[in-house]
Amino acid sequence: MSKHDDDTFIELKGIVKQYGGVTALDGVDFRVKTGEAICLAGENGSGKSTLIKILVGVEQPTSGQIFVDGKPYSHLNPRQAAASGISVIFQDFSLFSNLTVAENIAFATQLSGKKRLFDRGATRRIAQEALDRIGVDIDLDARVETIPVAHKQLVAICRGLASNARLIIMDEPTTALTGREVQALLGIIRKLKDSGIAVVFVSHKLAEVLEVCEEVFVLRNGKNVAEGPARDFNAASLTRHMTGRDVPEAKPPLNIDRAETLLVVNQLGKEGAFEDINFELKAGEVLGISGVLGSGRTSLAKALFGLVAPSKGSITLSGKNIPLGNPIAATQAGIGYVPEDRLTEGLFLTQSIIRNVSVGRFDHHRSGGFLDLTSLVDEARGWIEKLRIKAPDYDAEVKSLSGGNQQRVALARWLSQTPRVLVLNGPSVGVDVGSKADIHAIIRELADSGIGIVVISDDLPELLTTCGRILMMKDGRIDSIVMAGEMDEIELAAKLVS
Amino acid sequence: MNRLSLKNLATRNETLVAVVIVAFCLLATFSDPLFLSVTTLTDLMRASVVIGILAVAAMMVLISGGIDVSFTAIAVFAMYSTTVLTLAVMPDMPWYFIFAISIGIGACLGAINGFFVVICRLPTLIVTLGTLSVFRGFLLTFIGSQRISALPPEMRGFSRMMIARGTTEAGSFYAIPWAVAALVIVVLLTLFILHKTMLGRSIFAIGGSLESARRIGINVRGAQFFVYCYVGALAGLAGIIHGAMGRMADPFSLVGLELSVIAAVVLGGARLIGGYGTLTGTLLGVSLIVLVENSLIVVGIPSTWQFVTIGLLILLGTGLPAWQAKRAAAKSA
Repeated sequence: MSKHDDDTFIELKGIVKQYGGVTALDGVDFRVKTGEAICLAGENGSGKSTLIKILVGVEQPTSGQIFVDGKPYSHLNPRQAAASGISVIFQDFSLFSNLTVAENIAFATQLSGKKRLFDRGATRRIAQEALDRIGVDIDLDARVETIPVAHKQLVAICRGLASNARLIIMDEPTTALTGREVQALLGIIRKLKDSGIAVVFVSHKLAEVLEVCEEVFVLRNGKNVAEGPARDFNAASLTRHMTGRDVPEAKPPLNIDRAETLLVVNQLGKEGAFEDINFELKAGEVLGISGVLGSGRTSLAKALFGLVAPSKGSITLSGKNIPLGNPIAATQAGIGYVPEDRLTEGLFLTQSIIRNVSVGRFDHHRSGGFLDLTSLVDEARGWIEKLRIKAPDYDAEVKSLSGGNQQRVALARWLSQTPRVLVLNGPSVGVDVGSKADIHAIIRELADSGIGIVVISDDLPELLTTCGRILMMKDGRIDSIVMAGEMDEIELAAKLVS
Repeated sequence: MNRLSLKNLATRNETLVAVVIVAFCLLATFSDPLFLSVTTLTDLMRASVVIGILAVAAMMVLISGGIDVSFTAIAVFAMYSTTVLTLAVMPDMPWYFIFAISIGIGACLGAINGFFVVICRLPTLIVTLGTLSVFRGFLLTFIGSQRISALPPEMRGFSRMMIARGTTEAGSFYAIPWAVAALVIVVLLTLFILHKTMLGRSIFAIGGSLESARRIGINVRGAQFFVYCYVGALAGLAGIIHGAMGRMADPFSLVGLELSVIAAVVLGGARLIGGYGTLTGTLLGVSLIVLVENSLIVVGIPSTWQFVTIGLLILLGTGLPAWQAKRAAAKSA
């Protein structure tokens, strides 16, 4: 029934997927040509994950048709999908950290060979061939737990290559990468395309991969809302299609010249991490700190909150000296810290919103020797409303919330302590576009209310929209200070990697 | 650089255990020059056979990401019921048939664990804690609670089969029983399975990440089921050797040993989170535990202190590398 172009590899037509009464996909069309890179964009809950699951055969469509090389199927099972050369790289890479690079790459291939015995030589050969195809050099015998994140992603790509993938689907490929690593990844994607392998990027942070893509498909609420050649899209139009609204950019910061100086960091240093750090933060100011991975930005962020103990220098808040390397003292002095990895460092995922918000502050809800539950509930409800947290109620488990809402819960915890300085490490990592704009607006509001905010991020547009000044770190030192408005994203990016 | 230090870390437990063993032996020789002799060595070898086989079994479960505490109950169940069965049906059965029956019974009991873990998807600790009691209770209630010292003649025969025996120049008697060969075979077989078959690599992969193993199409259920059956079979073997060597089928023996066995495995570097474990480490761990249990008295520590010593060794042996890893991580952060 469909006109089959010679180079169309996979085509989905009118795919409907219902879970119980919920329609996840409502007549979606999708098409991948050989050797083509595609952006599949959509916010959390738009149906893109469901579409991927149907492509790899984990889920079966309620109705619709799938064509692989022009051959129609009503659904695929995982084995058919793998045999057709469809390979997925999940966000967590699905690697075995206890096994070697070589085994991780070759395991699936060896399995499909139906061999009973483990052939170490063949394993190494398969792995080496795959690595050679993308032109990277990783120690085959290294355990995956010891290699950096960017390399893990490459190992996952090689695993797809080793099992003769014709289509590699990458789920949120750039989330864990620095700017430079993203560039290296794009180079590899170009090589894959040249050798006839198609790539689908599934992401809500697509601007950075747009340049290697031919086609863009945007999903919203389970429907195709836009599709076309990638050159017709830019970051703004993608965002508009994904959210269905124009996301307002946060206003530039107010004039804070006359505000009180809150935080003074003087000659702060820690061997092997950062050195000679001096800066001031005023009330109502949003200060950005950026730099590539390993530049010391994360260590510095942790040091501000006492999670890393600096060996020299001092931190004062409103003239009062804060003991170094002591998070409790930092909290009492009025510094709040929202970590980058909120899932493992920041939140108790299986606990309710109310518990996550109130933890560490039970003293404030004391009534006699007991907890005043009503005041706890009032507070949690207050924050849910104030930060526009989308949740059924205050007793919802945090892990049931979307990334953006989880980040808001983490914020609520610190805001409830009425901090004077808030350190936000990667405030919108893993958060979709709509929520991101909301979080930026919240940062603005907080600053307007007189809190001094430090944003640590390598998301340059984020820094440019939220911060007044940006400290660029390099090799553990402050390399330069950029005033927002003086540079655009491209100049800043060049500076970051220079 | 980074890799090197982590590599060190991986072997850390093993080197640490080896150092402790050497130190212990030096100390023991110092206080009793007769300690370092062929006799002591063969005695320790004999004592390691049963615990060694059980430790290899426990290690395999730990690698697969589970834990089994029921293997001692399986061992004693298989040993006792095999003895009862043999005496009732055919007392003159050759020893290898008796062994095969015990191994078979063990594998069947292991399959029961496997059923709960694989089909019902229950947590392994809970399943095996449950079956530990059930197997033992079933044995004592329905099969018997009397010690049997009149073993089938072939079982007694096995315990007299020696690879080598003799008298040292100092005049003390020594002997290496064929049971030691059983441990060697078990180690070689397990080595082959774990490192030379896709099944073995799958077991490592499952221990590393269950979800990822499913995603790349590993037969997770099959591999897990195999692990529990294999553990059961090894427990059956260990049990019957224990009975034969002790020349008595005692339904109250063995149970209680499981924590020492798991301690030996953990000392050898296997991690409770799964995915890690080596046979070298496990055998070193077994040697240390056996040494402490049998020879503590030589260095002048009362034998009642052996539990304390084993406990301290576990805390040090597993705590020290963990502490160092933490420090290294904090430094690099």
